[in-house]
This record gives sequence, structure tokens and C-alpha cells, in this order.
Amino acid sequence: MINLECPIPKFDFDVITLGHGSGGLLTHRLLQSGVFSLFSNPLLDLQHDGATLTLEGRIAVSTDSFVVSPLFFPGGNIGDLAVNGTVNDLAMCGARAKHLTLGFIIEEGLPITQLWDIMVSIRQAAHTAGVQIISGDTKVVEKGKGDGIFINTTGMGPVHPNANISHQRIQTGDKLIISGPIAAHGIAIMSLRKGLEFETTITSDTQPLCFMAEGLIENFGASVRFMRDPTRGGVASVLNEVAELTKHGFVLSQTALPIHEQVEGACEMLGLDPLYVANEGIMLAVVAPEIAEACVALLHNQYACPHAAIIGEVTTEHPGKVTIKSRIGGRRVVNFLPGEQLPRIC
Amino acid sequence: MKFLSEFRNPELVKQLLTEIHKATTQPWTIMEICGGQTHSLVKNGLLEMLPKHITMVHGPGCPVCVTPIGIIDEAIELASRPNVILCSFGDMLRVPGSNKSLLEAKASGADVRILYSPLEAVKLAAENPEKEVVFFAVGFETTAPANALSVVHAEKAGVNNYSILASHVLVPPAMEAILGDPDNLIDAFLAAGHVCTIMGIDEYYPIAEKYQTPIVVTGFEPVDLLQGILMAVQQLEQGRNEVENQYVRSVQREGNRLAQQTIREVFDISDRSWRGIGQIPQSGYEVKPKYRQYNARVKFALANTKVDGNNECMSGEIMKGLKKPHQCPHFGKRCTPEHPLGAPMVSSEGACAAYYHYQLAGLAEETTA
Repeated sequence: MINLECPIPKFDFDVITLGHGSGGLLTHRLLQSGVFSLFSNPLLDLQHDGATLTLEGRIAVSTDSFVVSPLFFPGGNIGDLAVNGTVNDLAMCGARAKHLTLGFIIEEGLPITQLWDIMVSIRQAAHTAGVQIISGDTKVVEKGKGDGIFINTTGMGPVHPNANISHQRIQTGDKLIISGPIAAHGIAIMSLRKGLEFETTITSDTQPLCFMAEGLIENFGASVRFMRDPTRGGVASVLNEVAELTKHGFVLSQTALPIHEQVEGACEMLGLDPLYVANEGIMLAVVAPEIAEACVALLHNQYACPHAAIIGEVTTEHPGKVTIKSRIGGRRVVNFLPGEQLPRIC
Repeated sequence: MKFLSEFRNPELVKQLLTEIHKATTQPWTIMEICGGQTHSLVKNGLLEMLPKHITMVHGPGCPVCVTPIGIIDEAIELASRPNVILCSFGDMLRVPGSNKSLLEAKASGADVRILYSPLEAVKLAAENPEKEVVFFAVGFETTAPANALSVVHAEKAGVNNYSILASHVLVPPAMEAILGDPDNLIDAFLAAGHVCTIMGIDEYYPIAEKYQTPIVVTGFEPVDLLQGILMAVQQLEQGRNEVENQYVRSVQREGNRLAQQTIREVFDISDRSWRGIGQIPQSGYEVKPKYRQYNARVKFALANTKVDGNNECMSGEIMKGLKKPHQCPHFGKRCTPEHPLGAPMVSSEGACAAYYHYQLAGLAEETTA
């Protein structure tokens, strides 16, 4: 266990200025007393322009950029997201992230305390997921040209030998499994947005999915056909993409969809459909029907996912479309969202 | 969820559907006024569960859909001024004006903010004294009290850099316009529950009497809607033309007196143009001369330009219930929520968007085949 108490070192500045991205003395100080000390590992400690790695076997690579506003929200901050997001993208390929690059684009004026808190969260999240920061970059843009801080992470890691994850392997009769309750992250963020603030104890679900994904593959191998983390656009958008690619029909059961009562209530109040609201710590898997129950049991028992459930199946009906059976037995289509989900008037 | 799940109870739904099937002996056409009701009917798949004899037509009760293009252009023009912050409810942003939408204006640098409450806009004005904050006050009788209250509050607090661009419309005159149309097909109405929560139900008695049409004040959840439909069918089958209240947990006969008083304090009833329907006399609210300094039209000397809608869009016929969305040749082809030809495809409460989002062309036929 590393010591996660990281008192902020003495910086002789309170806010990030353009000078911190100049490559000069200020950049040097920021890196020496901040980045290098916090993320220290043999590859990073060489302080070279890039890291050199020896790789063997199948490797997965993924990159993602993070632009969340506000930077800090109930349950996490942009730092956790930046690590977990890329770790999860790799996990959904059946891979375990081992190395991560980290790029900051900071808006002039960001308080150093905020940057420090974000970096500490990055360290914590990287530690939890078992991933090393091996290379990085810091740029500073003028005030008004950014939104506090943007973060890019690129991750890489070996693909599990038993993994065979592809939308092309999805078959009629396969079951859809979700690892946890939907829409928590999006609503946690929304609760802080200017003009929409409401009191809630809802927190973001941000967390690494690599362990549960690996557990499913370890136990069920190629019977796990497909995995995705339904981030922005939510469950509905992921399923629509897959339906369009595979030409299969996907039917969801509304009664089976796990959602926290508070989140559901907030969605009702704001006029949002939770199927389109972002998640940062749940996994959607398409698995062979004969292992579906066992997958859910594994998620319940080994990976602390008490709300994991079978939420639907792959059918020959309505090829290329996603439909949902409503609580009262009616059926409707769940379409792609035409742009941002906008709150309704009444 | 308390007060919601009870009204989504599958057992009750089944029971009501059986009763509706039993009660219906001949074809009836029923209009639900409010876009929220349309949304719920389609989202819950209720339309497919009703007897074939019952045709639901989707009324003009979507404030986004009936806001004229000229007013959206005014909002965009205001938002594009360098010293103006334009605040709006979310779903107005995507509605196309003559050239662009507020969302596109925002992308080109206009300061457009999404708010849930006009009182937030007054706060924003107080925090930004060097700016002019304008609230795009759209809606039916439901949003009028809050919009009126924002003006009262601004005056009390001495916030002078706040104004509203009002585009308020009223339900009863629209119902009369539909019933007075020689092509009218409507046998009964489900009146909009939340409008009646504010205004009460007295306005509807003369309409039911004059046009010999049953009116059932109805809520928005599946059980509400089915109960409202059942009450309407029972009236029609028995030859009654009464005003009945299904939504008793929210609607009292006299409505919300305090809210009505606030509306009367700030607004006068005025003629209004409805997108897709045209001019309806005495069908909207305008800010009283007493509060002219909070009226964006007066404050910014807006020219009140009239712009005709896209004549390829048959929104008028759809909102009067003469056509179903999928009977439009452009539905789902040239007209989609990304590229709407007209307003009912834009708002999630618009009939066309509800059909596009939730119904597969032919889903009902396929399922029952």
C-alpha cells in the first residue's frame, strides 16, 4: 500500500501561468516538485522524451481525452476519470492496462491546489488499477481558451489470452448483462451545473472495470462475446451502435434495468431519459445465454456488484434496432440521440 | 418512486385496458392536448395497447412546437448582441429559426444559457450588472406564473438589467380553434393536467357545452392516461358532454389562486400567432405596460417581424389532429430530429419527435401480425 496522504509541496506560485508551459524554469519546477515525485516509477524516473517498452504478444492501445465540467464532482474528479476511462476502454477489449501516458492542457489561472488534488487522484486511481504513468506532457493555454484543465491519457496493456471480444461474434439469443445501476455519473455532474443545482447524495460511479472484465474472461473465455462501458450517450447509444453494426435486434426489459431511486427521481425531475445519461463505472456485456446467470452471480459475489443483472437479449426481431419492453408491457424503440439531451420545458 | 410507481402499476394498467376494451363499441377520436401526455403515451407503448376503435390524436400542447419562427429569430438576434446573456429552457435551443437555431448561435459565440427556472436568470442578472440578461419566457399557463414571478422579483430587488421575451400561449382558445375548424375530427379531449393545476377547470365548462364535447382533465402517467381515456369513452358511449377531472391529486376546480394572481399582475391577455396554426385571438400573454422595462420587446425595440413557416412541414394539420406524423411524406426521411423541417420534430414533446424516437414505422403492425 502506498501512502496516499500527499501533502502539497511548497510551490512558489498559487496559480498556473503561461510560464508553466514554456519549457523553462517554471515548467521544470512544476515537474520536479509535482509530477515526477507523485508518479515516480523506473520508466518515468529516466525523465527522457519518451519511454521505451519491451512488449510481447497481443497488445491493446486506447486513447481518450477528458473535458468534464465541473472538474470536481461528488464521487471523483477529472483525474480519476482520466485514468479509469482509459483503463476501462482497454478492459472492454479484454486487456489489462499496464502503462499510461498523461497529457495536461491547463488553462492559465488554475489554482495549484486544484492541480495537485487532480494529480493525487490520478496517482490513487492508477495505483488502484495497477497502471504506471510512463510519459507525459504539460501545456498551458491563455485564460479563456480552456475550461480549467483538459486531460488526455493513452493506455496500453496485454490482451488476455482467452479473450475474443468482437461485435461480430454476437449471436441471436445472447444475453445482455449490466454490472451496475445506470445514469449515476451523468446525474452527479448535472447536480452541480450552474442553474440546475439540486441537493443530492448521488455520486459518480467512476471506477476501474478491469478486474471484473478480466474475471468474466478468465471464467468464461470466448463465451463473453462483447463488452463496452456505456459512457457518454449511455446504454442506449452503445446498444444502437452495436445494433447498427451487427444488424441484430436488441430488446431491453425496463423492469430489469437497475437504477438507483434517487437517480431515477432526478431524471424524472430534469426530464432526462436515464438510458442516455453517462456512466463511468459500469460495464455492458453480451454473453452466450448458457453462462448469463453464472456471469451475474460472479459479478454479485466476487466483484461487489450487487445490482448486476440480465437486462435483455439479442433477437431476430427489428434487426438493427434497439427496443425496450416498458414496465407496463408496451414496447417502444430506443433510438440514437440527435445531439445533446436537452432538459424539457415542462 | 412514491407518487409515480403507483401510477405505472402494470396490474392497474391491465385492468383499465380491459375496461376500455369493454366500454368501446364504436370508433372514437380523442385528442390529448399536452405534449407531455403524447410523450407518455408513445414512450410507454400505450397506443398499441388501446382498442383499434380508439384513435388518439396529438394536440398542440407543446410550447416549443407552437412558438413562431419570428420569435425564435428575435431570441437569436438578442443572443447575438455582445452585451446580452440569453437564458432559455433547454428544448428551445434546437428549434430552427429562419436561418439557424439558438444552439448554432451558441456555437458561433452567442451567450446562451440553459436554465430550469427564470428566478435563476434574475440571480444571473444581479451577478452580471454590466450585462443584459433576457429570459426566453416560453410556455403555456404552466410556466407563466414562474416567468411572471421573475419580473415581480426583479422589480422588488431593483434588478434593472433583466427582461423577458414572452411567448406565452393559452390552452382553451386553441381547443376552440380546433373545435371550430370545419374539418374537426375530435370527439373528446383529454385536457392538460398541469395547465389545470394552475388555472382550474372552470374555463372548460362553456367549451364542453358549446361544442357538445366531453373534456376530461387528465394526468401524465400510464394509469392517469388510461383512466382519462376510459372516462372519455364512457361519456361518449353514454352521450354525455361533461367536464370531468381524472387528475384529482393535483387539480382543484379553482386552480392555484396565488399563481393566477401573479400571472394577472404581470401579463395581459393578447392575440398570438401559433406556429403551424396561425393567429388565434386572445390566445396568449403579453407583459403589461406597467412592467414594460422588463419586456425585452420594448427594451430592445424588437421589430416583431413575421416569418412564415416552412410550407413543406404539415405541422398545422398534425397539431389539429388531421394527420398523423408518419403520414407526412418527409417523416423520418428529409425530416428528422437532426434536420427538422418543422417544430413538432424538434422538441421531445412534439408529436413527430415522439413518433420518431419511440415508434418503429410499423412496429405495431409487426408485433400484432
